[in-house]
Amino acid sequence: MGIEAYVGGGWLLTKAEQLINWGRSRSPWPLPYGTACCGIEMMCALAASYDMARFGAERPSFSPRQADVLIEAGTITKKMVPVLRTIYDQMAEPKWVFAMGACACSGGVFRTYSTHQGIDDIIPVDVYIPGCPPRPEGLLYALLKLMDKIKGDHPLRKKVVEALGASHGS
Amino acid sequence: MDLKERVERCLGSDALSVTEYRGDITVEVPRRRIITVLKKLKEAADLEFDFLTDLFGVDNLDLYKKKKKKKGDEEEAEKGAQEPQPPRFEVNYLLQSLKSNERLRVKIQVPEDDLEVESATVLWKAADWPERECFDMFGIRFKGHYNLKRLLMWDEFPDHPLRKDYPLEGKGEERHFPVCEF
Repeated sequence: MGIEAYVGGGWLLTKAEQLINWGRSRSPWPLPYGTACCGIEMMCALAASYDMARFGAERPSFSPRQADVLIEAGTITKKMVPVLRTIYDQMAEPKWVFAMGACACSGGVFRTYSTHQGIDDIIPVDVYIPGCPPRPEGLLYALLKLMDKIKGDHPLRKKVVEALGASHGS
Repeated sequence: MDLKERVERCLGSDALSVTEYRGDITVEVPRRRIITVLKKLKEAADLEFDFLTDLFGVDNLDLYKKKKKKKGDEEEAEKGAQEPQPPRFEVNYLLQSLKSNERLRVKIQVPEDDLEVESATVLWKAADWPERECFDMFGIRFKGHYNLKRLLMWDEFPDHPLRKDYPLEGKGEERHFPVCEF
């Protein structure tokens, strides 16, 4: 796993993409965005007994500029939609999003005039975490899923596609 | 003297009805006199209701509708519909005296065609947000409130969602805002 295993050999060969993905997947700094009871489970996952830092989510960043993963934990009311969108827009690339809990995924039990029915039509979601609320293990599992996803990413190839003017949103 | 008698003596003819339910006193007063009444209750030496706990609206739209269950009841139900309905809305003021720890509920009726009530912010600053919420949810306007805009819903929201004829799922209102491409 760690680069420690190779120390002493003098040099190693890899691909630049793999090196970038390795770095990114092992330091997904979260931006906690807790708006309901899911936020409590998220705090629990970040705290000592579950310790999300073991997986590289070392430092909960309360500034969107310095965060990689937006953990949207909780209900999003329609009044709050522009706020969430602004927070997402302020994050620097590369960025990923967790929709944690039933409310963030689909509105949950709140099929009402005030609740937005799922955040995925405001911002692109990478991992959906079901549950009401999900246990901290659910969030950790989502983090592992995200690490898998990042490992399959092509950060350099994306740049080429962008340079050619094609959209990468799909 | 117990609270009910003191309230009756303080308000005199302004007290349309004073009812007691499980130890809680409710006094109903005329809508136009609400500030006078609240001021009296606040300043009377033997009452001193100096603390406004809450203020909220009530929509009684369906309360007096008779349910149609059997065919025989339909005529009665129609008769009931023709009878003059009591005013649709209510505003309740929950008062407390911090001196004697007594509580009182003051109630006014607000008809649908004239949704205007004097603001209680002249007596209690605490009435600010409850009145804004009441305006937001029921559309009851508080005359003299210095900043009467929506509290919970966004400013452009077109309806009053706690009214009984407003559907729970809403009418498809969405908050619009400028979006960057992603």
